[in-house]
Amino acid sequence: MNWIAIRMLTGDRQKFLGLVFGIAFSTLLICQQMTILVNLVQRGANAVYNEYTADVWVMDNVTRTPEVNYAMPATALDAVRSVPGVEWAVPHLRSAASVRSSEGNLEGVAIVGVDDTTLIGLPHTMLIGDADSLAKPDAVIIDDVGAGKMFGEGVNPVGERLELNDRRAIIRGVVDATPTFTSQVFLYTRYSRALTYVPGTRNRMSFVLARAAPGVTPDELAARINEQTEWKARTRDEFAQDGIDFVIENTGIPYNFGITVMLGFIVGVAIVGLTFNLFIRDNIKQFGALKAIGVTNRKIAGMVATQAALVGSVGYAFGILGSVLFIYWFEQAGPNFKGFYSPWQIPIICVIPVIIILGLSGWLGLRSVMNTEPAEVFR
Amino acid sequence: MIGTLTADSAIHVRDVSRDFQAGQETIRVLHDINLDIRSGQLTYLVGESGSGKTTLISIIAGILWPTEGEIHVFEQNIYDLTDTQLVGFRLANIGFIFQQYNLIPTIDAAANAAVPLLARGMKLKEAREQAREMLDRLNIADQADKLPSQLSGGQQQRVAIARALVHEPRLVVCDEPTAALDARSGRRVMDLLREVAVAEGRSVIIVTHDNRIFDLADRILVLEDGRITHDGTTMPQEG
Repeated sequence: MNWIAIRMLTGDRQKFLGLVFGIAFSTLLICQQMTILVNLVQRGANAVYNEYTADVWVMDNVTRTPEVNYAMPATALDAVRSVPGVEWAVPHLRSAASVRSSEGNLEGVAIVGVDDTTLIGLPHTMLIGDADSLAKPDAVIIDDVGAGKMFGEGVNPVGERLELNDRRAIIRGVVDATPTFTSQVFLYTRYSRALTYVPGTRNRMSFVLARAAPGVTPDELAARINEQTEWKARTRDEFAQDGIDFVIENTGIPYNFGITVMLGFIVGVAIVGLTFNLFIRDNIKQFGALKAIGVTNRKIAGMVATQAALVGSVGYAFGILGSVLFIYWFEQAGPNFKGFYSPWQIPIICVIPVIIILGLSGWLGLRSVMNTEPAEVFR
Repeated sequence: MIGTLTADSAIHVRDVSRDFQAGQETIRVLHDINLDIRSGQLTYLVGESGSGKTTLISIIAGILWPTEGEIHVFEQNIYDLTDTQLVGFRLANIGFIFQQYNLIPTIDAAANAAVPLLARGMKLKEAREQAREMLDRLNIADQADKLPSQLSGGQQQRVAIARALVHEPRLVVCDEPTAALDARSGRRVMDLLREVAVAEGRSVIIVTHDNRIFDLADRILVLEDGRITHDGTTMPQEG
């Protein structure tokens, strides 16, 4: 009977395509919006993940994210270094500043001061130039997305002169960094030079980056620093999560995307529910005849379930494919979407609304079949 | 009381009444029907619209509950059965031919004819093979791979007859089988029914008001206002 169910459905090409489109559209909308949401929210963690060597970030107690930070006195560095289990600890500065380009344009940037000696704090991969060029006078290294924003895509910014806090900065290289949530231009420079680029305040050091000694886990080290100093210590993963939580708690993004996901669900229910109901109504005589002949309600429910499963699997496959292509296209389209990817969990999560849509539509359709008296085929 | 009562009947209808609810009003459409139908007989239920013939055939076929009375089909009181048992009983014992054929438009003639076998759980290939044999007996084996929309009305009715007979039921019920056919096609369909269904010892009950085929009946029952007013081998004389 399932074969008949499938042929009943696929034989009515318009309705079959309508149903597949409904599911595919819903899946695409839900999956694509959830993927963008996850990628945007995860950008709250990117500043932490761009720095790949530190196990623990130490900060003032009120600091919430790499961007929303409160400076500590320089003595905090010694306090952290004195905690047993610290292999090394270096100062790290992150601050907003305004930069004036050689054309006189003003741009808001983020200054990142990395350790003078080890350059800890600088992202790993240089795209243009050499990390050691930070030793040159007035040297800064710009992130690749920021370089595209400031100077245009494909333009080599090395050698460009900038003015920061009345001081000269010369771009000496381009580093590969994943954009953060604020999508600011990042200028990396040595810590001592960064102090001259940001407006003067009593305390300047934003973070102390620390590495756990062999045999000490990051969690243990963070706990020790929390216990033995007055500063807050977070492991790399904890601080990355703090960044994500900050975006979720302090922006309307989850709500906006949630509304779109809900719309996708409602549109799916509307299109699929109506089309499926229309399909059932068009075939109600046939279903009635089957009931009269002696097909049990259970088998008819199985037929409707088979039809729903077919529509669901084909529509879902197209929807997921569309979503993946969309995200791929996004990622290729420009630097703003650099690092966008399709998490494997989202297609799995998307199965749930698809099942609910089909379950609702199938149930509505099945209800009218079940309510059809077989005797009605004689009327 | 009109109606022949015999002990060797395939179908016994005893004191059957049926009410329908129309708003607050209860309308009785069948009044104390008593009727026996033998195997191997082509029985017509004839009457005006609203006379109760469709209600009666639906009750006999086990798809509409009577308000009162008993129906024994092949010695089984069918309304003593549970819903599931009744569905199984229909599938095993009754073939249906509908006025509008009610073929599934998106599957071919062989698959349509095979529906009762598929409902019994037979494999598709085997069911189609058996359905083809039945279509062959009805002289439309060459149309087996065509969709209903590619067949004429007469051919579609033959596919419907094949579907009604493919699982070899003991009772065949037909609702206006010739209503949508011209006189010639109608007679051919009736000839086929007599040849394939009645000749094999089945009971065939046909609801009709098509006077072009009255001469083919073994027995004609006339219903008026929910009562059998005539039981004979021919239609009653006017006046």
